[in-house]
Amino acid sequence: MKLLVPVKRVLDYNIKARPKADGSGVELAGLKMSMNPFDEIAMEAAIRLKEAGQATEIVAVSCGPAGNQETLRTALALGADRAILVTCEADVEPLAVAKLLQALVAREQPGLVLCGKQAIDDDANQTGQMLAALLGWAQATFASRIELQGDGAALVTREIDGGLETLSIRLPAVITADLRLNEPRYATLPNIMKAKKKPLDTLAPADLGVDTAPRLALVQVSEPPERQGGLIVPDVAALVDKLKNEAKVI
Amino acid sequence: MSLLVVAEHDNHTFKASLRHVLAAARDIGGDIHLLVAGSGCEAVAQAARALPGVACVRWADDPALGDGGAENLALLVSRLARDYTHVLTAASAFGKNWAPRAAALLDVAQISDIVRVDAPDTFTRPIYAGSVWATYRSADPVKLVTVRPTAFEAVAGDGAPAPLEAVSALPDSGLSRRMSVALNQSTRPELESARVVVSGGRGLGSAERFKALLEPLADKLQAALGASRAAVDSGYVPNDYQVGQTGKVVAPDLYIAVGISGAIQHLAGMKASRVIVAINKDPEAPIFSVADYGLVGDLNEIVPRLTDAL
Repeated sequence: MKLLVPVKRVLDYNIKARPKADGSGVELAGLKMSMNPFDEIAMEAAIRLKEAGQATEIVAVSCGPAGNQETLRTALALGADRAILVTCEADVEPLAVAKLLQALVAREQPGLVLCGKQAIDDDANQTGQMLAALLGWAQATFASRIELQGDGAALVTREIDGGLETLSIRLPAVITADLRLNEPRYATLPNIMKAKKKPLDTLAPADLGVDTAPRLALVQVSEPPERQGGLIVPDVAALVDKLKNEAKVI
Repeated sequence: MSLLVVAEHDNHTFKASLRHVLAAARDIGGDIHLLVAGSGCEAVAQAARALPGVACVRWADDPALGDGGAENLALLVSRLARDYTHVLTAASAFGKNWAPRAAALLDVAQISDIVRVDAPDTFTRPIYAGSVWATYRSADPVKLVTVRPTAFEAVAGDGAPAPLEAVSALPDSGLSRRMSVALNQSTRPELESARVVVSGGRGLGSAERFKALLEPLADKLQAALGASRAAVDSGYVPNDYQVGQTGKVVAPDLYIAVGISGAIQHLAGMKASRVIVAINKDPEAPIFSVADYGLVGDLNEIVPRLTDAL
């Protein structure tokens, strides 16, 4: 079975995002970019399925500017067999990414799409579900455990509010990865060198017949309301007094 | 304008977050219809008739809708949505699961996790773990919006009973089936609706100390228990305790952060709390920059003393 793993290039999670001075977007110039951490988890899940003999090939995909090649090289160094970049200059909304992926699924015919549950830049948490809808496939979001079964089905345990839920889904399907699915490996130096020779194809949205024009107009980007830090109290007695008599919350 | 609010429920009662989503719907304006879709959920539909501002309750009752699966629910909502200008639901594990699927079936963008209604077609939402807020205007014929419940004050009280209208369900897609559910058994209040939240981080050091130190404090305060991602990753508590960018967003009256340094990703989930208390041995910890009251010191000594003093 072939696996398709979409990966997004995002501002590194250790960097605090700031609005551009004119409010037209988020400042990204010169800042470190990395693979979306949830996509790393999805990639790790794919690699483990291949190592277990349950998958034959891993194709990593990214939609975005040419710089995304770097993220795809990381995916190749981790264990993807080949990569496809769909070159898009502007920000692409989740619905458009889902349509690009839908077209790639038609070409590649994977048995499973594995992706992160959300990207840590726009925090939208939409693309996997939208792709499953467009394909008419089953979906299992927020996965913490994946077990492929021989009969064209998979058991997926999902993180839900208050606990866990286990679904039996028909394959092909889209599964989105949550934090506890696994702990991703690091790419080794020999694998980073080998990744440079693995195939990386480039396509344009027009090659896939997809219109990526945005549906939403970004009106402005702003700082959230600031919260002021308060005071350091000397001891427990002072804290209890403040909570009782000043904040009146206990 | 006419809005469809999709209720989250367990076939017995609707979630408290529904009143918050209705507040967002009221901010948009227009006729508010409520969809209660489930199996054996008549009690929910009947109870929902009294929710203030609801003009009509649409009730779809079918075994195929019983487990809240995204495939069947998204298809039903996408069929009904064409009669509305807006579809709203909570940005919970439930809403996040099916809403984007319905949006794609409708060929519209979804606006996730809104914290403010700027205009009927314009909404503000946090991005980058809440470091930045972005305001978007939608030109789509149906605006599909998920709502951050803590950002909107719940609609209070009851109204005159709204009419109940049965909606027929669609055939089961057969794509997925719920095999089992394991809910954490707890007598504590739910994290997202608790008045007080006691939350622990890596500073607790172990699952045993998390339990031994924080449970008595939470018992005293009748508080829900939460945790940072670091504490979850370290295996101290299950994932659904997690407060932050990738976990739950809470805004209680009182949030007590114990042994939590205050990464951006954690602050994203709790900085709208009314009063924040931080207990940490590192006076430079970023958590103190958002805390109303900070106590610097050894949590192993401070927490039991605080529990005794309450």
